Amino acid sequence: MLTRRIIPCLDVKNGRNVRGVRFSADVDAGDPVELAARYDAEGADELVFYDITASAEGRGIMVELVERVASQVFIPLSVGGGLRSADDMHRMLRSGAEKVSVNSAAHLNPDLIREGADRFGSQCVVLSIDALRDPGSDPPRWTVYLNGGRTRTELDAVATAQRGAELGAGEIVLNSIDADGTRDGYDLQLLRAVTDAVSIPVIASGGAGTLAHLRDAVTIGHAHAVLAASIFHFEVFSIQEAKTFMAAAGIPMRMDPYPQVPAADRV
Amino acid sequence: MIAVVDYGAGNIHSVARALAHVGADFEVTSDPSAVAAACGVVLPGVGAAADTMRGLRAARVDDPVVSAIQRGVPYLGVCMGLHVLFDHSDEDGGTPCLGVLPGVVTRFPDGLAVPHMGWNQVRPTADSELLAGIPPGANFYFVHSYFPQPSEASCVLATTDYGLTFTSAVQRGSLFATQFHPEKSGRLGLRVYANFTRLAGQTPAAEFA
Repeated sequence: MLTRRIIPCLDVKNGRNVRGVRFSADVDAGDPVELAARYDAEGADELVFYDITASAEGRGIMVELVERVASQVFIPLSVGGGLRSADDMHRMLRSGAEKVSVNSAAHLNPDLIREGADRFGSQCVVLSIDALRDPGSDPPRWTVYLNGGRTRTELDAVATAQRGAELGAGEIVLNSIDADGTRDGYDLQLLRAVTDAVSIPVIASGGAGTLAHLRDAVTIGHAHAVLAASIFHFEVFSIQEAKTFMAAAGIPMRMDPYPQVPAADRV
Repeated sequence: MIAVVDYGAGNIHSVARALAHVGADFEVTSDPSAVAAACGVVLPGVGAAADTMRGLRAARVDDPVVSAIQRGVPYLGVCMGLHVLFDHSDEDGGTPCLGVLPGVVTRFPDGLAVPHMGWNQVRPTADSELLAGIPPGANFYFVHSYFPQPSEASCVLATTDYGLTFTSAVQRGSLFATQFHPEKSGRLGLRVYANFTRLAGQTPAAEFA
């Protein structure tokens, strides 16, 4: 049986891992290569690197970083941030990434998804969506934002996810801007709206603060994978604790080869 | 020297990094004579069957690979390196393959999410040098839309469930091939490469001894 995945996310700025709160303030959370190795040792199922510098210079640093990580860490790596063309995607895949994640450029030019899927296969192409709940909307609606949450579009988040899947995206990372960095839990309504609308895997992102939040993203939000940053970076929980907790809730998880330990009492 | 056969396909660098990490003596090569002289042959691959067969023929490494297998040189096929061993793949409207193992490669039935992508359990059906030290039911990383259906049960080395039970590893003598990607399967995956390194007559790095 296919397991559900836990994916630590590393926001990388100028080659260092940083953590934003609601897409802004930076806190240095360590060296990305060291963190990647630690997460692998703890049992992470996949790693995501977002280049939040996303300048031409930053992308060069990112290629080197991915190469360094890929020579030490042997689990799937996903890279996003500022990828604007299929050639940008190709550079990342060649340097050792398994998947590339596209956001603003793909919303402005959806053919980028199709081109990436045609050249590299759907399994390589992840569509990242940053969604903000429309204030006061009932039933709720969510609008897509670009450029790290700074630029509003007219795009509906659920419709954008459906269109992305039709164009050939293999997965969707769904990030709630409202919940991002709050540690108050994922936006489960947003998650469920998207997982009900598409048949490709959806990765929950933004808001994880407790192990119950991770569990709920799968059991209530129907996410295939959960992405989290700060709760792992700052060692609030280990990945192993998260996996043990989710497995105890009946969710199929990859536990080997890491020893199974009792769930933490910090849930 | 282990030859990692480069015929223009995808994940060759991931495979090379994994072999380097376990201390294998290897070269990435498209030279038919290097394949012919190798003490072990690794055929990686992501992508489509027709492209893979075209790439092997264009590089003229198809015959050396088959010849090495027939001489009993340890062989490790990964993903497409498994598919091309069979008689035929349904992929790309039907693709004749190398015919080293009897059987066909077919697509997952409708109703299953395809590609089958992620971590899934591998259940060995026999003891083997390749999977030595791997706990039964351990998880490995898969990315594929087609799966092998060997016509001889004796070559099945492991199975995996995804809507149906399919063959996820094969063995015949020194020939081994996996549907999963050991190079993306963490420490247990590295163990598989270390085991293959040993099969090829080399001594892997101390941590994999």
